Amino acid sequence: MTSESFGDLIERCRAAEDELVRQWRTDVAASLRGRVSEIELDKELRDLLDAVLSAVGSPQGSDTRSPAFGEVRALLVELSRSRALQGFSPRETAIGVFALKRAVRESVGAGPEFQAFSDVIDELGLFTFETYAKAREEVISNQAEQLLELATPVVKLWHGVVALPLVGTLDSARAQVVMEKLLQTLVDTGSEYAIIDITGVPAVDTQVAQHLLKTIVAARLMGAQCIISGIRPQIAQTIVALGIEFGDIPTKATLADALMLALGRSGVDVAAEMTKRGL
Amino acid sequence: MTAQELPIAGDADVVRVRQAVRAAAVAAKLSLVDQTKLVTAASELARNTLTYGGGGSAVIEEVFNGLRKGVKAVFSDKGPGIADLKLALTDGYTSGSGMGLGLSGSRRLVDEFTIETATGDGTTVTVIKWAR
Repeated sequence: MTSESFGDLIERCRAAEDELVRQWRTDVAASLRGRVSEIELDKELRDLLDAVLSAVGSPQGSDTRSPAFGEVRALLVELSRSRALQGFSPRETAIGVFALKRAVRESVGAGPEFQAFSDVIDELGLFTFETYAKAREEVISNQAEQLLELATPVVKLWHGVVALPLVGTLDSARAQVVMEKLLQTLVDTGSEYAIIDITGVPAVDTQVAQHLLKTIVAARLMGAQCIISGIRPQIAQTIVALGIEFGDIPTKATLADALMLALGRSGVDVAAEMTKRGL
Repeated sequence: MTAQELPIAGDADVVRVRQAVRAAAVAAKLSLVDQTKLVTAASELARNTLTYGGGGSAVIEEVFNGLRKGVKAVFSDKGPGIADLKLALTDGYTSGSGMGLGLSGSRRLVDEFTIETATGDGTTVTVIKWAR
């Protein structure tokens, strides 16, 4: 198919460009409810219209995958990505493209060639939606990665004592990150005591317990002793009912108790330390 | 609350089931300990559905027994089923790599526990926790 199928639609659009953009902008602005400025929107739509008309007017005007549509696709990718990142809904994003149909129909008129033009816009609308979804997925997977990183800090509490406050769900992926981080920190700081605090873990099931135990065994192999702290009453009762045994691993209700235990075992005299540091 | 059906097809679904069960437990006014017990049992059973049953679904609903409220959760899969139920409910026995406490432990965490299974015909576990 060539541009013949569009007849003089392109020329008529060019002639009525201002009216067309005005109509288009009104439709789009109504759905965006003022979250994008008029001037910005006007520029966006003008650029897009210009690119669409040039592409449709080219010899491969009805094939949106052809190189003629390269610029249109690039503009749409930019538009839908920015909309996705700004938190616009799929509807609000796609309407930017679909509203062009109405604008053309009302300001230029729908002749027999309008159907072919409408098909092209439908294709472009779907393309916008695809890009939008892709951008959103990227945002989500980025956040998931950031969470994984964020939620596993290993903090030094005292010389030779590190703490690992766990927050949220301890699934296999996170357990792996947690274990690696803890073991590396033990080496880096030369610590002998590691306190794993589970105050922020909502439920301790067998999988969580198994991951904890594996981490503790690995730390022991490296010569460090682990203490589990932050066991709340409801968690304690659940662990007992489940039948999980922590064996000879010391457990404490609070991080403070666990720190006391670690300091006591390593023979730190807090008062003497304070005098030494002039506190 | 009407019955809520959730698919179990991946690790993220196990988390989702757990959150839905917690929400239902809070709505049924279960105590904090009972909430935690039910959520933990749901976590075990949902993971069993995924790991051993090859995925399935969870149906969570509020149930009444006279004036008492409770939460019922049904976990079903179309997996291979459990050949020896008595063995599977023994503490410390596992056909996988877990601790072997999930199924037997869940039974102790809830008030009512029924399991229907047949070799090659899938497994359905129903648990209920009543508000005290």
